[in-house]
Amino acid sequence: MSLMSIHKLTLAELQRRFTAGDVTATEIVRAYFLRVTNVEPKIKAYLTQCKDAAVAQAERLDQSLKGWRKTTPMMAMPLAVKDNICTEGVRTTCASRMLETFVPPYDATVVAKLRAQNYLLLGKTNLDEFAMGSSTENSAFGASRNPWNVQTVPGGSSGGSAAAVAADECVAALGSDTGGSIRQPAAFCGVVGLKPTYGRVSRYGLVAFASSLDQIGPITKDVTDAAILLGAIAGHDPRDSTSADVPVPDYLKALKRKDLKRLKVGVPAEYFADGLDPEVEQAVRTAIEGLRELGADIREIKLPTTDAAVATYYVIATAEASSNLARYDGVRFGRRAEASNDLLDMYLRTRAEGFGSEVKRRIMLGTYVLSAGYYDAYYEKAQAVRTLIRREFDTAFQNVDLIVTPVTPTTAFRFGEKSQDPLQMYLSDIYTISANLAGLPAISLPCGFSKAGLPIGLQLIGRPFEEETLLRGAHAYEQATTWRAKKPVVRSV
Amino acid sequence: MDITKQEVEKVAKLARLALSEAETTAFSQQLNQIVAYVQKLKTFSTEGVEPTSTVLGQTNVCRPDVVEASLSPEQAVANAPDAEASCFRVPKIIQES
Repeated sequence: MSLMSIHKLTLAELQRRFTAGDVTATEIVRAYFLRVTNVEPKIKAYLTQCKDAAVAQAERLDQSLKGWRKTTPMMAMPLAVKDNICTEGVRTTCASRMLETFVPPYDATVVAKLRAQNYLLLGKTNLDEFAMGSSTENSAFGASRNPWNVQTVPGGSSGGSAAAVAADECVAALGSDTGGSIRQPAAFCGVVGLKPTYGRVSRYGLVAFASSLDQIGPITKDVTDAAILLGAIAGHDPRDSTSADVPVPDYLKALKRKDLKRLKVGVPAEYFADGLDPEVEQAVRTAIEGLRELGADIREIKLPTTDAAVATYYVIATAEASSNLARYDGVRFGRRAEASNDLLDMYLRTRAEGFGSEVKRRIMLGTYVLSAGYYDAYYEKAQAVRTLIRREFDTAFQNVDLIVTPVTPTTAFRFGEKSQDPLQMYLSDIYTISANLAGLPAISLPCGFSKAGLPIGLQLIGRPFEEETLLRGAHAYEQATTWRAKKPVVRSV
Repeated sequence: MDITKQEVEKVAKLARLALSEAETTAFSQQLNQIVAYVQKLKTFSTEGVEPTSTVLGQTNVCRPDVVEASLSPEQAVANAPDAEASCFRVPKIIQES
């Protein structure tokens, strides 16, 4: 097939073509780097490109195959990996000056799993520094742009991964989600993003932000691809004590049923309150009607503690971050300030130089809520409210199988629109953070476009370790609609 | 409830962050704004509610005490800003009197 059209294929289609011998690994790499060269100057999705290594790897694969087509599912599949996931021998910066030259001596478990299947790493994608942000504007190396309108943000923090998938600069990507960092950029860029259940995917080698909330997941062109990539990275890992020893099902099997008969879907009124853009609400309500037409039993549910979610999250996540980021002390890895007077001075100046302002703000907030005299009032209180949020979901899931909500209150915003007001930026996470606090799996998929032509996302939230139900619901809706057929037009430079 | 500049300076010291005068002023204002928002938590009754630190409900996870392969000393110091003979070098801590 023509090199010019390879990048338009989904992961499932590319797997089929490669296994059938229609395309070689070398052709795949050449096609993708042609695409990357053409659109990357506009999108700026990547922080590091791995062209030479990917070409060499593809040539080795083609050599070793020689017409023998028995392959592993991810063989020769060209993926992008968020730059807070460690890749052995490939710079991993977290979009921070602190780690600008850091080259990990080991692979994250998710990367090791893909490498064992001979995938192709195209490059490392941009993010908000240490995954703290909702727009990639906090990247120390410049923001990525939304392929649907380069004047708007791609979302964050996995904005580079979502933009790369939307602009066909990779067939699929890995992101990480602490408060919505997979689902929000997926919604803004019109692609599919899945945050697995906490513990479903190993966090070993994911640079820690908030350890009780972080989870790695796929960002893909459609729901089928999300099922494939989740299957490739999920599973228990002895190296991550918080990864769950729960069998990994065949997620593709979950997609076989095309209807939603006997599936009970809850609609929480609290997710359709003030601040929700009418265009987004309209699209999501229409999508809910679509689920009903597919056979779902739609029920009103109540999640009244939703109003506390943002406050709970910004206490717990910043507390954990202030502790996790204490390791950047200029001693074992990363940046060190020049010419320090003594050890304390070296710490103070290294961290002042290495961290950007959002990271400093969160370290400050986290240190404050953990400090003597405030611990009980903020940190312990937030942990107790977190319990209330979890219980509310437990109760809701006694009566419904899935919960459906918007992903974001608005479509993609413009650069600079919220970057001067941290609280406004935090409030834009309102619909995504509860799933992290409760550890639940959630998926974002396209459900329409605004009048300005920007994508709108639909979120489905499921019970712990029931990604299959999530994928079944998302797939049935996707197959009944045509949103995924519309692609952004990124003019080559 | 007001986070003063002095308090910001104290927290910055705990966090090992040297802040500029401008940063101290900005953070003092922003932290006040965010902490004021977080007061919302007080309106939710949590009497007798156990705090959640992890959703998995795990306690300790152990593995057999068996030696496994790990990074070589060279690999371990490869990313250090200053290293010598597989040790991390830091500014002098103990001064001669």
